[in-house]
Order: sequence, then structure tokens, then C-alpha cells
Amino acid sequence: MSWETVIGLEVHAQLATRTKIFSRESAAYGAEPNTHVNEVCAGMPGVLPVMNRDAVHMAMKAGAALGCQINRLSQFDRKQYFYPDLPKGYQISQFAAPICTGGEVRFLVDGEERVCQLTRIHMEEDAGKSSHEGDSSLVDLNRAGTPLIEIVSEPDLGTAEEAAAYLRELRAILRYIDVCDGNLEQGSFRCDANVSVRRKGEPLGTRAEIKNLNSFRFVQRAIQYEVGRQIDLLEGGGRVVQETRLYNADTGKTFSMRSKEDAHDYRYFPDPDLPPMVIDEAWELRARAELPELPGARRVRYQSEWDVSAADAVTLSASREVADFFEAAAAGSKNPKRVSNWVVNEVLRVVENPEDGLALLFTAAQLAALSDMVEAKEITGKIAKTVFEHMVATGDDPGAILDREGLRPVRDEGAVRAAVEKIVADNPEQAEQFRAGKTKVMGFFIGQVMRATKGKADPDLVRQLLAELLA
Amino acid sequence: MDTPGVKEALEQLASGVTTSRALTESALAQIDAQNDELGAFITVCHNEALAQADAADAALAAGTGGALCGVPMALKDILVTRGVRTTAASKILDNFIPPYDGTVVSKLRAAGAVFLGKTNQDEFAMGSSGENSAFGPTQNPAAPGTIPGGSSSGSAAAVAAHLCSAAIGTDTGGSIRQPAAMTGTVGLKPTYGRVSRFGVVAFASSLDQVGPMGRSVWDVAKVLEVIAGYDERDSTSMQRPVGAYAAAAERGPDAVRGLRVGVPREYFVDGMQPAVEASVRAAIAQLKEAGAEICEVSLPHTKYAVATYYLVATAEASSNLARYDGVRYGRRAAEPADLDDLYRRSRGEGFGAEVKRRIMLGTYALSSGYYDAYYLRAQKVRTLIRRDFEAAFSDVDIIATPTSPSVAFPMGSKVSDPLEMYLADIFTISCNLAGMPGLSVPCGKDDDGAPIGLQLLAPWFEEERLCAVGAAYEALRGGVA
Repeated sequence: MSWETVIGLEVHAQLATRTKIFSRESAAYGAEPNTHVNEVCAGMPGVLPVMNRDAVHMAMKAGAALGCQINRLSQFDRKQYFYPDLPKGYQISQFAAPICTGGEVRFLVDGEERVCQLTRIHMEEDAGKSSHEGDSSLVDLNRAGTPLIEIVSEPDLGTAEEAAAYLRELRAILRYIDVCDGNLEQGSFRCDANVSVRRKGEPLGTRAEIKNLNSFRFVQRAIQYEVGRQIDLLEGGGRVVQETRLYNADTGKTFSMRSKEDAHDYRYFPDPDLPPMVIDEAWELRARAELPELPGARRVRYQSEWDVSAADAVTLSASREVADFFEAAAAGSKNPKRVSNWVVNEVLRVVENPEDGLALLFTAAQLAALSDMVEAKEITGKIAKTVFEHMVATGDDPGAILDREGLRPVRDEGAVRAAVEKIVADNPEQAEQFRAGKTKVMGFFIGQVMRATKGKADPDLVRQLLAELLA
Repeated sequence: MDTPGVKEALEQLASGVTTSRALTESALAQIDAQNDELGAFITVCHNEALAQADAADAALAAGTGGALCGVPMALKDILVTRGVRTTAASKILDNFIPPYDGTVVSKLRAAGAVFLGKTNQDEFAMGSSGENSAFGPTQNPAAPGTIPGGSSSGSAAAVAAHLCSAAIGTDTGGSIRQPAAMTGTVGLKPTYGRVSRFGVVAFASSLDQVGPMGRSVWDVAKVLEVIAGYDERDSTSMQRPVGAYAAAAERGPDAVRGLRVGVPREYFVDGMQPAVEASVRAAIAQLKEAGAEICEVSLPHTKYAVATYYLVATAEASSNLARYDGVRYGRRAAEPADLDDLYRRSRGEGFGAEVKRRIMLGTYALSSGYYDAYYLRAQKVRTLIRRDFEAAFSDVDIIATPTSPSVAFPMGSKVSDPLEMYLADIFTISCNLAGMPGLSVPCGKDDDGAPIGLQLLAPWFEEERLCAVGAAYEALRGGVA
């Protein structure tokens, strides 16, 4: 019997609040170590946490975007363990009563939709960062107290590819709703994977948790390695032990960090410094009202309304920056499908990292105008591409570029007719061939005319005049 | 020269017969003369106090002084003070100089109070005798050779010895009221949520409350007016208006006319010292004579209060004290071999025996497999205890009990028996578990002259009533001692 893989993911996403979750200290990334640390972040004697309303609001938006139930009453608990980058000796988290329960993420794998159910989303504070140099360790508390949501999935994922696709979609959604910048390198979007294998039809196997996976590629490789390791173990008559493992990106292998026996007893209990958190319906509705249309819905709409291909719909909806630009251009144009090709093939070619903003000099309306010129056969696709390069460089209107660069098509029938007549006269041999039925020669004549007119002659007019003179 | 109480100090400063500098210099001189013997202060703030006094005198002259302008006060060393060492009487914080002021300290500063220094206490407020201090015990000025009560031992002693006009204490299970009773002074524990806990070194977060200690009910009422109020930095503080507590304390004996005073039968138990029972019963009789109606009430879950308290308080303490790890501030073990060694030795060397005992009890109560049986059950019993009081207060306006079953005991007599020590708080603990305000006022002395306290309990946020009744009783007894 064949093996089946069962994967559940826990994602820690930093909320993009200005200040920390329980104090007014800045939550900005990248400052000099220990410069964004006040008495609350440092866990000084006598300090108390005060909930950041923006963090709750963002957590709610995430819950709403992911189809969760937002709980009217939730509670913060203390998760207790000793570590130098955990200033209070406990992390304020939500254990028994999280802010959101349920929910789902829908995503595509090879063009097919998959669904992964969510267990819950809870809020918590981030710890500081430890770094180890030789026999000493350094602690930076800038990150301590940064607001996090932990998004816990059900074990609904069956392959490493599904896991990666789930993460990409989740990240896109959180970025769409402006609650997380999704920066994996800076650690604002982190993933732990629970992996087990079983023979088809059997109950769930023992799982290993792989912690701190900080790229989608690592998630995929770590899961693939771990699945292989567990199958080899079981086929060799061994058994999988429940443990926490880490992934070594250099070797491509996972290794044991601690076994279940060494697991902490976190001694959770409700934090007496924070009364139960009440979210009324009005607040929930305000958060829901802020949700933009999400990538999944846009993907579907681009295909159904605008006949965009499935692959292009995925590309166009992957980030809100691109999707918004595309929609603005498409809405102002006569042929949205043509615009989708422009965005996918040309705009995304010149934009280095769309998530950092498109930073284009020209507007969506200008792109729409350019696309419509081609649509209306005012200019050829070839000239349009030349115009596009000028737009990228200057941000000028396509019309102005056509004038300035002398790219306007020659519409004057007299001028075109003169050119066509001259070409036909200059090439009697080819003209004879055409009249003898070798219609392929038409291409040669069009090419000659276009060359003579520097590409500006209207191709339809050229074709029409040639047909007339060669008849 | 004795330092006057708050009322006298304010009168003298207002009339110009004295200055804050004169009061402060005199108080500092008295402290310097007596503190070696008394052990009331851990840190005396000579320079800071004189600077504050001069600023207060200038404000008084300009007519811009706050409600306590120029009044010399003492702060329990559990209150965080910017730039002034704050130890909570623990070795683990003996070098800790905070970079910020707590809310109560800020409010007192804004009101013009002068801080003479930081008073001794049981380490992290864990104790009922003042003997659990890394800085040595505090003597009881009212009964030499006995303990001053705890944990606000130094604040009580400083008030009783007239070294300050008033002091600030904290009360987690009786730590203001019990030492007030032991030293013949007045102590008020406000309703949980009435006074901000921001900047109070946490012992048990759901029980801790800051309160005033002084020589009269009016004095503590006046201080309470300054320190009470909602604080956005403490999510457990309540958005309710601050009452006119001092005015309430001026109503006189008439305040008890028609008042229904509940006397809980569970609070007059075997083992209570006869002198204590006699004094408290006499006090209740005086209230009756003044027109109060005395009714017996029942608080059936009282017998579970001590057990409940020692589960809730130790559980929260085990968590609150986890931050003292030698990493960021406070005492750090020398030359640690590794991280575990750093933790073990910093904490092992830094904490005293009682603190370690409570951390271990609390850790156990929260441990996987024991949580439901201990912590969760204790929280359920706590709800029952609160309901006892809600039921009682539906029938009576105020409850009167002894503050402590005994007068101050001899120094050293209970240190080896923690359980016996825990029972010293048997009458004060329920008030913290249920959250309502409590006041201890002197109601007599035993044959050896040791003070006895009457405890008055009022419904939640009825501090005005508490002050009115406390001051009325004070007047009936013949005024402030």
C-alpha cells in the first residue's frame, strides 16, 4: 500500500502596526539593536500590558478575509518559559479563547482549486532575537512585543507543493488587506510545519514539527525530506517519534531539536493584567467593511468577465499592486484581455519587484490608451512596443510620443498609394509572380512598403492598395 | 520634632507657620536618628526630598500647590520610582534603579508630595510580619519587641513613629490593613481597579492594590483622592469618577445613623485573642449606640479563603517573578557557566526563602495535570467568596470584623512556621479575593498596650462610605489617637 502525507501549517505573521502590541514603542524593523525598547518591552518590574487596538483590528481583518468566525470574547494567556530573549519569562498569547476560530484558504495547484481549513487564529507578542557569537550570546529586544497572529491550519495539506501554494495564497491575502508585509527574510511571515505519514486509510501517524522555515523553497524541501525520512523509518521497521525538528538549508535535511519528553510545560493561565477582550458587532463590521476584493475573487472575475487566461489571472491577482493597476487599465480600455497581455508581458517585464510598488512613470489610463490604439488599428503592435518603451522612460502620453518620435501612421491615401505604386513598379518580377497566383509574395510587398514608409503606413491600407494594383 | 499628620501638615503649610523644607528637614533628621533601630526605610532620599520640598514651598508661595503640596510622605519600596533605587526588599533588585515612575508616584509628585524615602517590607510583599526582608526586619513602634505586621511593615512603622505624614502601601491579602492594625494606624485598601497598578512591582496581579496609610481616616482619605482614578496604562483600572473621600470623612458620627452594619459570624472564631474580640465587639456596640443597626451576616465560604488565596496568589507570583532572571537588570550571578547556571544562581542567590516557597507552590499549582484541581478550582471558589459578599451587601451597608485575630506577635515567633504566619491574614484575605475596599482603624489595645484594629468592608467602589463610617467611628472613640 502506498503512503499518504499529512501536513498542517502554523504561520506566524507580524501585524503591520506602527507600535508594539502592548506598548507605544515603535515596532519598526531594522533599527540599531535595543533602540526600540521601553520599560514594557524590557519587562521591567511594575509594567503592565495595554492592548493595541490597531493590532486587534488587523487580526480581525485577517479573520474576516479568511472566513473565520470572529469571537465576541477572547482571552489572553501567559505562556511561560525561560529564555533570554523573552523578557517577562512568559509570552502573552491566546490559548483557550482565541480571537478567531475556523476559516479556510482556497488556492490553486496546477490550475486546480484546493481548500485547506483553518483551526484558529490567535494573537500574541513576538519575542526578541538572540544571536550567538563564540561562547557569548547577544539579545536584541527591538522585536520583543511586535504583534503577531498565528494562523493554524487543519492537517488538510497532502504534498509539499500544496503546502507552498497554501502559504503563497495566505501571504497574498494578508498583504492584500494590509495587515502583514509578508517579508520572509525579515521574519514577518514565518512558518512551522507539522508533518506525518500514514498508509492510505489508516489513522494519522505520529507527527514531527519542523520549526522556523523562512522561505517557501525551504518549506517545500524540508517537507519533502521529512516525508522521505519518515517513510524510510517506517519501512525499515522503526517508528516516528513526536518531536520538534529544525531544517538545515545547507544539507537539505531536518534534525531533531527536542523530543516530546523534553517539551516545555508552558503552564498557561489567563493573564490577570488583561481583562477578557470584547469585540462588538459594530467593530467587526467596521473591520469587514475595510476588506478589498481578495485575490481568489479577482482571479475568477478576470477569467469570467474579461476572458483572461487562468495562468494570467493568477499572475495578475498575486499582488494587490499589480491587480489594482491592471484593473484600472482594463476598466479604461476597450479590450481588457488585450490589456492583460500588456500587463503580464510588458509591465511585469520592466517592474523588478511588483510587491515593492510598481513605481511606473506612466499611468494605467495611459497604458489603456496605448492598448486601445492597437485595438483601433491606429498603430501597429510593433510601433506600440516602441511607444511603450518611451512611456517607461518618460511617462509621457502615447499620443505625444507618437508625434514627437514621428511614429504616427501615414493615413494619407495619396502618400501611401504613391509608395505602393513605386514598389510595384520597381519589382515587376515579383508582381508577375503574384499575378501568376503566388500570393505568398504579398508579404514581400507589404514588407517593402512598410520599410519605405518607416513602418508608419497603415498596414490595412497598404494591403488594400497592393491588392488593387496587383490585380 | 514629630512630623504632623496630613491634615495638620496641610493646615500648617497653608497658614505659613511652617514650610515644607522645615517639615522635611525635621522628618529626615528623625529618620536618620531612628532608622537604624527601627528599620522602617530601605532608602532615604535626602537630596531629592529637600529639592521637592523647596519646589513645594515655591508652589505654595505662588498659590499653585497641589492637593498634598509640601506634605512629607514615605513610599513602600515596591513602588517604582524614577532614578531612585527600587528593591521590593529583595536582594535580586538591590541594584535596580528604574528609568520610570509608576502612576501613583507620578500622581503624588503632581500633587506636590515630598518623598522622604522608600520603606521596608516583606520581600515582594510576601509576608505578614515584615521579617522577610533582605534588608532586615522592621520594629513595631507601638509595641516594642513585636512585629509591625506586613507586608507594608516599613510604611506602617514610619507612620506610627511619626516619621512621615502618611505613607503608601500595597495590599494583596491584608498587607496595608494588618500592619495598620498592628501599629495602631489607619490603612485603606481600595477597590481592585480603583488605583492604578502601573509601576507597582507585581506580586499577585489580580489581588494587588495600592493604598494609603496614615494616622487618621481623613488623612488616608485625602491621599486616596490623589492616587485614585482610571489609568490607561493599567487595563484593570476602572473608569469611575473619584469620590470626595476627605469630605466624607468630615461627616462626623451622624454618618452611622441608620446604617446597617453586618457582623459576619464566621469572623469570630476559636483561637481569636479575647482582647481582640472584646475590643471589636465594643467598637460595634459604639456604632450601635450612635444609631447604627447591627445585623449578623453569613459569609459561608470564608473557611476556604486562605487556601484559595495561597493558590491564586502563588500561581500569579510564580509567573510575575519569572522576569527576575539576571539577564536585563537586577542581580546577576558572577561567572555563570552557562544559561541554566545563570538562571539558577541569579535566582537562587537573589530570592529569599519565603519567595522561593511561593514560587514553587505557584509553579506546582499551574503545572500540567494540576491546573484544574488547584488554580481553576481556586478561581471557582473565589467566585463563591465574592458572591457571599454580594449577598451580604444586599442586606447591609457595611461589614465590621476584626482586622487580625491577634495583636502583634513577638519578633521571630512565627518565622519557622509559614502556615501559622499565613493565618495572620485570615480576616483580610477575602476582601482581596472579592475585590471590595477595606479599612482598618484602631479600636483599642490589649493589656500590654498592643494595638487592635477594626476592619470595615464596603461594597465595590464605596470608598466614600468606608471613609465616612471609619471617621465616624474614630470620632465616637474620641478622635484620632
